[in-house]
Amino acid sequence: MLDTRESLMVARTSDGRTVRRPVSPHLQVYRLHLLMVLSGSHRITGMALSVGTAILLWFLVAAASSDAAYGWFAWAIGSPIGYLAMFGWTGALWYHFCNGIRHLRWDFGKGFEIPDLYRSGRMVLAATAVLTVLTWVGIFLAR
Amino acid sequence: MVEFNLPKNSRVQPGKVYKAPAGAKRVRSFKIYRWNADDGKNPQTDTFELDLDACGPMVLDALIKIKNEVDPTLTFRRSCREGICGSCAMTIDGSNTLACLKPIEDCKGDIAISPLPHMPVVKDLVADLSGAYAQLRSIEPWLQSDTPPPPDGERLQSKDERALLDGMWECILCFCCTTSCPSYWWNGDRYLGPAVLLAAYRFIVDSRDERTGERLDALEDPFKLYRCHTIMNCTQTCPKGLNPGKAIAQIKTLMMERQV
Repeated sequence: MLDTRESLMVARTSDGRTVRRPVSPHLQVYRLHLLMVLSGSHRITGMALSVGTAILLWFLVAAASSDAAYGWFAWAIGSPIGYLAMFGWTGALWYHFCNGIRHLRWDFGKGFEIPDLYRSGRMVLAATAVLTVLTWVGIFLAR
Repeated sequence: MVEFNLPKNSRVQPGKVYKAPAGAKRVRSFKIYRWNADDGKNPQTDTFELDLDACGPMVLDALIKIKNEVDPTLTFRRSCREGICGSCAMTIDGSNTLACLKPIEDCKGDIAISPLPHMPVVKDLVADLSGAYAQLRSIEPWLQSDTPPPPDGERLQSKDERALLDGMWECILCFCCTTSCPSYWWNGDRYLGPAVLLAAYRFIVDSRDERTGERLDALEDPFKLYRCHTIMNCTQTCPKGLNPGKAIAQIKTLMMERQV
């Protein structure tokens, strides 16, 4: 679909020629702040979770098909990179979950003052860290 | 459309440097975005060194000093110099604000100034807001009512009804919020943006307006309203301390309430 803002991109020179206007800088000049980063992270973790779901699917298919297939899966997930990916996945899961609750509160029209926004954002970060660490403590204790 | 990089013709290149006068003690550099239609070049960043001992306290004072004493071709909008006209909205030191309300002292190091983000540039610091103005027109920002006013006076409101408009009537339509919003950067052709939605909510909750249903109908759209993802750059940047993000959330709540 054509961006209708295209019609605003035409400038005229002093001698009457038309030239294309530049777009003013945005991400290049705008300073990141916590709220912006948290919002971006919600998207990024959301996308990471869909990749994680594909790995979950691999686990289910491998477990259902054969010993050899499951062996491959277990080898991949037991490798250092596999552990790192699983750690990232649990972190993304907890972040997306906690920030999802923050979004739910917003959906009731609450928590929109600037100090509230920062407080709830920091709570999400702290909760994510604690829950992710607890998850892995649980995993190692259960082995 | 999401495009993180600037198009080729918009990438900013280094420009001229104007040195501070000899003997200046408190020197600050202002790195200012320059573009004009005539010289056929990409935008440039010109550096102006100013002696703060010979300059007023606000960023707008610095811009006016540059225009008067260094380079009269520097182009920017300004009018009231006291934060009520909304003309001098621009990106200063990484966020959108009014140059007249931004103390130079609040910025650390070199002070970067560019036009409102992700907008077509008319010249230097002047962004083309006609798209945003057309969007404001589209929400019909005026009172609409079928009931005639009382024959002997105005349409009255209770104190509580009037209080609902606080935090919204103060908006000066500088579009700092709208142009700080990444959703508006990527989808500004169809998403209305925080300033226009704040104006819409102002009339939705006005007890004297009788078009509430029609106004909500007009916003019931995947793009016009629901491209807001609560990034909250709008509220963070508003030079008048208003909360457009909250107003948008309240419109969404009203949408839900009338469906149940």
